[in-house]
Amino acid sequence: MKALCWHGKHDVRCETVPDPTIEHPRDAIIKVSSCAICGSDLHLFDGFMPGMESGDILGHEFMGEVVEVGADNRKLKVGDRVVVPFTICCGECEQCRRGNFSVCERSNRNKDVADKVFGHTTAGLFGYTHMTGGYAGGQAEYVRVPYADVAPVKIPDGLTDEQVLFLGDIFPTGWQAAVQCDIEPTDTVAIWGAGPVGQFAIRSAILLGAKQVICIDNIPERLSMARAGGAITINFDEESVLERLKDLTDGKGPEKCIDSVGMEAHVTRSIDSIYDRAKQALMLESDRPHVLREMIYVCRPGGILSVPGVYGGLVDKIPFGALMNKGLTLRTGQTHVNRWTDDLLHRIQIGQIDPSFVITHTVDLDDGPEMYKTFRDKEDGCIKVVLKPQGIQSQGASA
Amino acid sequence: MMNLESGSRPGQRAGKLARALGWFSIGLGAAEFLAPRVTARAVGMRGSEGVVKAYGAREIATGVAILATKNPTPFVWGRVLGDVLDLATLGVHARRGTAMKAGLAIAAVAGVAALDVACAKALSKKPREAVRDYSDRRGMPKPADEMRGAARADFEAPRDMRIPAALRPYPLLNDEVQPTRH
Repeated sequence: MKALCWHGKHDVRCETVPDPTIEHPRDAIIKVSSCAICGSDLHLFDGFMPGMESGDILGHEFMGEVVEVGADNRKLKVGDRVVVPFTICCGECEQCRRGNFSVCERSNRNKDVADKVFGHTTAGLFGYTHMTGGYAGGQAEYVRVPYADVAPVKIPDGLTDEQVLFLGDIFPTGWQAAVQCDIEPTDTVAIWGAGPVGQFAIRSAILLGAKQVICIDNIPERLSMARAGGAITINFDEESVLERLKDLTDGKGPEKCIDSVGMEAHVTRSIDSIYDRAKQALMLESDRPHVLREMIYVCRPGGILSVPGVYGGLVDKIPFGALMNKGLTLRTGQTHVNRWTDDLLHRIQIGQIDPSFVITHTVDLDDGPEMYKTFRDKEDGCIKVVLKPQGIQSQGASA
Repeated sequence: MMNLESGSRPGQRAGKLARALGWFSIGLGAAEFLAPRVTARAVGMRGSEGVVKAYGAREIATGVAILATKNPTPFVWGRVLGDVLDLATLGVHARRGTAMKAGLAIAAVAGVAALDVACAKALSKKPREAVRDYSDRRGMPKPADEMRGAARADFEAPRDMRIPAALRPYPLLNDEVQPTRH
């Protein structure tokens, strides 16, 4: 089969690799109809995430048709159409039973490594670092889904791939980011990053009743899409984020802040972001936490910081004194996707939201390597790329 | 004039030149800072080792800043200002007997200054306008003002993602909308 394989920094290739097979009685094999490139795939592409090996199959946002199931899988049957959440979960450990699916205690088959690095293991993830299990990803024609009797979400007839694909990651991630803010109708929610997760966080904050939603970025197309979703936008290349946030909140700052940027924050003209870039270049700091610092500084005392943006390792010069003295609450984590999928699928079905709004490019799997560059460089108005492993023509998709 | 705007990606060549200038800055700065006497003699500024050393520190700082940031434009303009300062300093210190050395140094700085100006101008080109219009990508059936709070009717945040009741701020009497209590 064809798959997108990682071969090093800025080196993704579409290659022929062996087809996956059932390895465990709870497994299923999915014929992938649609998959996407996620912002966190770019951390792998840019070489910021340790634990990758040459030949690893990428991709953790995918859906398709079940073509084979293991003997003990009582949930799925051949022919089912499913979206597969990016977090692999067993459904039986204490964390899964508490709904903390992204920190499943059993699904990471390289648990020992994660235990050493993070103190405790987190869930296995598709198409990601070997620290999270090194499972083959879904940017491929077929993918093996471990514990396939737990997480996959069956999709009812009448919904297109484009409407439901993002239930596997970015829609629940934006939703959880907003839910973690515990939004009140009097709140201003400031969201850093107008990428795909930021776009869903904007719409989630609106649906959850925020009085005012503000989005900070510097890419014109992304800011335009943010405004379409109801956000007031701040272009950090053109105006001071701190001053504008003050103006929009009567000098008090937003009650709730969301970091949907993560470890690769843009290097702006601010001293701290230049400092981060220099330290990262010298391998003295793995992540660039400019957004975290800015959020802590601007957030109204007593407010909440929600961090869906991915961080991988060590950050420096975090103003923890400000965070402590202002009494801020910090909520973060990979998304517990299955907490939200039933509810969000219902919202799509009743027409409250149509996640396909975020798709800007739809291409064949063969074009994936080039689209990694286009997405990374934010060229051609690229915000979200959907790949069609079975061929774009066969599915009548449109760009 | 170098064409700094061609290449597969806009500004790519200017970006590459900026990086090259960054490394050049660090190299020159290191020579000035670590060997001020030798450098001063070479450019006809004997006796001004302190000035040369300070300029070396400036060069190193500028070079690091150019390499460390994704937007090196202000720092490349900083190099242009530095070039002006260098030329003025060389002119002031040029004396009979060292005029040849100073002249060569001035010519070299002027050449690099031209490169700096070209690079800074290319980098300063206004960022592109939006290439696509996404102003209709609402994702919701009605405008945001009409969708605001639509999910509150049938959604309750899970207990572990809510502020505990005892820590929740008191409602203000003049709140336009009373905060809800879970």
